[in-house]
Formats: sequence, C-alpha cells, structure tokens
Amino acid sequence: MKRTIVTLASLLVAALAAASGAHAFCGFYVAKADTKLFNKASQVVLVRDGDRTVLTMTSDFPGDPKQFAMVVPVPPFITREQIHVGERAVIEHLDAYSAPRLVEYTDPDPCRPQVLYERSMTAGAPMPASAAKADRAKSLGVTIEAQYTVGEYDILILSAQQSDGLEQWLRENGYRVPEGASPILQSYLKQNMRFFVAKVNLAEQAKLGFHYLRPLAIAYETPKFMLPIRLGTVNANGPQELFVYALTRNGRVESTNYRTVKLPTGMTIPGYVKGEFGPFYQAMFAKQVADNDMHAVFLEYAWDMSSCDPCAAEPLSPAELRHLGVWWLDSPVPSDPTSRGFRPIPAPMPPGSANVFVSRLHVRYDAAHFPEDLVFQTTGDRQSFQGRYVLQHPFTGSLDCDAGRAYRQSLDTRRQEEARTLASLTGWDVAEIRRKMGFDGQGNPPPGDATPWWKSIWKE
Amino acid sequence: MPAPPAPPIPPLRRAPGAAHRWLDRARHADPRWFQLTVLGSLVACGLTVLRFDLPVTQVVVTIGTALATQVACSRIARLPRVELKSALISSLSLCLLLRTSWLPLAALGSVIAIISKFAIRAHDKHVFNPTNLALAVLLATTDRVWISAGQWGSTAIFAAALALAGLVVVQRSARSDVTIAFLASYLALVFGRSLYLGEPMAIPLHRLQSGALVLFAFFMISDPRTTPDARWARLVFAALVAYGAWYVQFRLFRTNGLVWSLVAVSGLTPLLDRLIAGPRFEWDRAALPSPRRAALLPA
Repeated sequence: MKRTIVTLASLLVAALAAASGAHAFCGFYVAKADTKLFNKASQVVLVRDGDRTVLTMTSDFPGDPKQFAMVVPVPPFITREQIHVGERAVIEHLDAYSAPRLVEYTDPDPCRPQVLYERSMTAGAPMPASAAKADRAKSLGVTIEAQYTVGEYDILILSAQQSDGLEQWLRENGYRVPEGASPILQSYLKQNMRFFVAKVNLAEQAKLGFHYLRPLAIAYETPKFMLPIRLGTVNANGPQELFVYALTRNGRVESTNYRTVKLPTGMTIPGYVKGEFGPFYQAMFAKQVADNDMHAVFLEYAWDMSSCDPCAAEPLSPAELRHLGVWWLDSPVPSDPTSRGFRPIPAPMPPGSANVFVSRLHVRYDAAHFPEDLVFQTTGDRQSFQGRYVLQHPFTGSLDCDAGRAYRQSLDTRRQEEARTLASLTGWDVAEIRRKMGFDGQGNPPPGDATPWWKSIWKE
Repeated sequence: MPAPPAPPIPPLRRAPGAAHRWLDRARHADPRWFQLTVLGSLVACGLTVLRFDLPVTQVVVTIGTALATQVACSRIARLPRVELKSALISSLSLCLLLRTSWLPLAALGSVIAIISKFAIRAHDKHVFNPTNLALAVLLATTDRVWISAGQWGSTAIFAAALALAGLVVVQRSARSDVTIAFLASYLALVFGRSLYLGEPMAIPLHRLQSGALVLFAFFMISDPRTTPDARWARLVFAALVAYGAWYVQFRLFRTNGLVWSLVAVSGLTPLLDRLIAGPRFEWDRAALPSPRRAALLPA
C-alpha cells in the first residue's frame, strides 16, 4: 500500500519537474549525521507551551554508572510525580528524525528529457531522608527537601543557604564537585533555585536490567525558558556539545541571548561524500562554529512533526510525543491559561498537523564563549528548515545527441563547482578533494560516469 | 510685536573650500538624514552580512506601506506637506526589529506605526514611539510575530560602532540626555544584579553587548517627539524605562522587556509634561543649532 503511495507521489513529482524544469522534490534520503558523531554530547528535549515545561535529559556518559551524577538547577520544587524515567529509544528516534541528511538525485537522460524514472532506496514516592544524613545537611545549611528513587535513579531535591555548605555536602556524599563550581551554585541559590541531584542506584539498575542510563525527565512550570549550561562549563575538558530538541505548539524556538544561525543547507557536494558523510558533517559543523567565533547556536532542523521530506526517519508517533511530555496533543485549545493569553490572530496550523513543531538546535560551548545560560523564546515561525546536502549523480547512459554533448561539458563545470563548495563548507584542501573526485594531474575532472564516446559508435 | 532685526552674519575667516562647505552643510543638516543613513545601512547589513531572518519582500512591504500610510494620513489631516523622512525611519526600524512569517502583519505594523503618530496625540505631540507601539500591539495580539533579540550576535565592535553612530544622532537631536540616563540606569541594574548574585562580569558584559539594546537606546527611546519636554522629566522617564525593562527581563523572566517598558512609560509622558514644563522639540529647529544659520531664520 505504502509503495503505491510512493509511486503516485513520484508521478506527481515527475509532472512538476517537467513543467518547471526544477526539482520540486527533496531527493532520496541516503544518510544522516546524528548525534553519535559527536563526543561528549548531551541531548535535551524541551517541551514547552506557556510556562509548562518538560525537560528530558540524556547524556552519553562513557564511564562506570557508579560515577555518574547529574546536578541540575531547577526553578521550582519538584515532587515525585513530576519526575519520569524515559526510554532512550524515543530520543534516538527524535535524533534520527531531525538529523542533517544526505540526499541524492540522478540526472535525467539529456537526450530524452521527457522520461523520468524513479528508483526507490530503503533508508534504511517521597522517602524520608535518614535522620543522621539530614542532621549533617542541616548543619551545613543544606536542606534535603525531598528524596526519591525513580527507576534506576536516586534523586535529591536540595536547597541551601550557602554554596560552600552545599559544595561540602555534595563532596561528603561522594559527588565530585569541580573547582570553580561554588560561585555558580551560589548564583543559582540566590535566585531561589533548587538543585535536582541524580545518581544511579546500582541495585535498582541491576533489578531493572538496563545496561545504559535512561533519560530523566522532569515536568515543571516556570516563566524561565532557559537551559542552565554554566555548571557544565566548569568541569569540561574543552568545548561541550549540546543538542536541544524543542517541541512547541506555536513554532520554531531560538535563543534570545545568543545568535541562532541556520546551517548552510541545500548544497550539492561531490558523490564520494556518500561514503564519508559523518566526517563531512563534523568538518562542516566545526567550520561553521569557527566562522561564527563560537558565539552561535545552530539550527539544524525546524519542521512540523506531522511530516518530513525526505525522511531520515518517520515522524514520532503520538505515543512517543506523549512519552516526551507533549501534553496538548488531545487538547486543541490551550488548557494552560498562561500559555498564550488573548490572541486575535492565532498561528495557522497546516491541515493534518500534529500541532507539534520541532526545532533541533546544536551548540558547541565553553565558558569563554557562552558566559551565561541559554535563554530561549518560541517564535511564530512555522517554516520548514533542514540541514540537507545533495549528491547529484551524472546520467550514465549514452550521450549521443547535441544535448548530451552539452550536458557532458556542463558536468565538468559542475564537478569543479562541487569541489569548491565542499572545500568552502568544510575547510578541506580543495586539491585533496579533487584527487578524491578523480581529477587528473592538470586539475581536469574525470570523464565521469558517462559512457565513453566510442561505446556509442557501433552500438546496435 | 515686530520681529527684532536679524544680527549681521559674521564674515567667514577664509574662503570656504568644497570640503569645508560640505562639512558645514553636513553639520547643519537635519539629523534625521543621518539617522536614515545609519538605519538603512543596518538593514542592508542585516540582509547580507548578519543574515537576519528578513526576506527582502518584507522590507519592501514594510517601507512601501509606511510611506503610503503617511501620504494618506497627511492628506486626511490636510497637512501642507508630506513628511516622508519620519515614516522611512519608523519603517526601517520595523525592518530591523519585527519578524514575522506572514507578510500582511509586516504591513499592519507599518500602518499602526504611522496612524499612531496622527491619532494618538497629547499636547500636540505623539505619545508613543511609532515603531515601539506597532511592535507592542502586534506582540500582544498575535503569535505570528516576534523580535529576534539574538539576531545581532554579541560582537563588541559592532555594538560599539552602532553606539557611536547613535551618539551622533542623539547629540544632533538634543536628546542625548535620555540615552545616557537610560544606559546608566540599565547598566547599574544589570551589573548590580550580577554583583549581588556573584556572577562573573562576563555575564553582564555579554548582556550589554547587544545590538538590540544599543539600537533601542540610541534610536528609539531618544525619539525627541515622544520624550518629555523638560530635562528632569526626561531623566525620570529614562530611569523608569530602564527599570521596567530590567524588571520584565530579570524578575518576570519574559522577553522584549524594552518594548513593553517603553510603551508603558510613554503613556506617562503627557503627565510628566504637565508636571514639569519644558521647551517643545521641533526637528526643523534641531537642524539649525549654529548662530550663523539661526541668524538667517525669519524671526
């Protein structure tokens, strides 16, 4: 059934292409550049509408789970019911769905411009703290406001009078607090924020049978639409990598205190990149970071969750969205009174829209370039954007016609252009790119995949 | 009463060369020409180097609608001449600040800005900065517009250059006191909060290196047609705007504090004018600060 739909869609596209002479289609999906390409990456899903926020955090912590601890400043008090241990598969799906992608086209036969053929590719409850512990905490000015075990995590909600006491308490309880964290903890405390502290309960983890750390989600209400990144910059060896998937009802999310830059997209790059899309994306991202003096947040994807084109993975199902904390799927009218107020001109929803708009932001940050926490806003922008890179394969059949000969000449120019584009996107050496593309010693492009001319002389 | 005779024009010390004449003319030109040049260059920069989320069509629609509305309103009000400069300034500011994915809203912004100048008046001057009012009305009524505060980046050099350009404009329009009072108050509040929280100074510095803040301080709050007439009233006005903006951003944790604060405090301008009287500002007079040119004026 699905195949039929694809064929119908292709026919429509063929008609459009013939009419306009341009590609009205986003190409065939080939590969994606997901978060696994980046070391030390944290992924955060921020579901936000009005003041309601669901924050899901996951990290690729490489070490022993015994050594894992997460300390997150949170605006309000968090009860047991506001904490949830999620499934990593859902975030992996979201990652795959929104990842920058490589697509490919094959040139049509220039000698028979009306015939287009298609081929399909498969893309692949609060527990009381122990009395002694509570006393020691109290003497340090730290209040253990609550203590929960949720899934494989032991969670504490802490408040404190002074950061020194908090720091000492954390150290005494086996948390490694990096040097320089104290003033940061202090500034959060003065803003009446609490600390959400999580570590792995090994016995529970063994009982549950998970060999990896599942994402932790918390739901809370606050006007602050922000991500605290400052603590992360203290203990980091070099820059950190952060992916934020923001799910909103209204539209794209951007940073208000750093520049949000759309990644270069839609460029045609040489065919050999098909085998090294990962390194290509890493190099391109590094170049973009350098070009923006490491002061920017990058938008990799912005799309209505009801669709994708081409799909790196299918959109998330309503069940998966609910799992991530999207609570408004069944309520067309905002149930949160603070969410939008009086709005005579509401944002239009496309027909069939899931009413969920996803923005994927990618930040490489350190303390020097990102001194303050990331602050965001939801915009009314529902325009689709994706990081998409194109392979344009030459036509491989006979070129024995005037148009065919002209086409062959245009291929040379195109290959030169592709080499230059790739060099400017990645900073790679253009001579090396040309070598990989099979250019000869004089810098002339290879004859390409086009059939050698002599083959068409005596053809039957 | 007969006008006193104009004093004689003092002779020039030396014959003016072409460059000298040009400088002289530039010094006495309407400061709005300078403002237009700066805003126009910023829009051009935004379209090219800074890659704002601003389609060229939106620029065309915003400016076109503003000019058309200005012409229409001037006709209806039977004004002797159509003043296009201020409409251009308002629309260029809208281009720099207003973001929308629906073009009719950009046009609506221009219409609100221009009509407000004609319709919302007290003591024969308009109450709200036209750009600011248009932004506030649209932000309050629809989810489809937003202001990209982060679009400028935080390049210190850029902010400094913009500030310098703005300084010339406010100097020329004799309203630098508002800008200076606003910036001093805002700086004190932002640095004060960071000092209280024990934050490193990199944080308030990063907050102040904002193109949006500089644009607001030098090109919006300093609008001589909407600020109070008396200097003291202006200083109070500036301090209130700074506090309001700070409060919205750092106590309520909402966006666009500057816009909300200015629109709220502007409502107080007629009251401040009544309480503390001062000389009324006119653009034409601002352009003629030199005694030599003033002497040419019919009294």
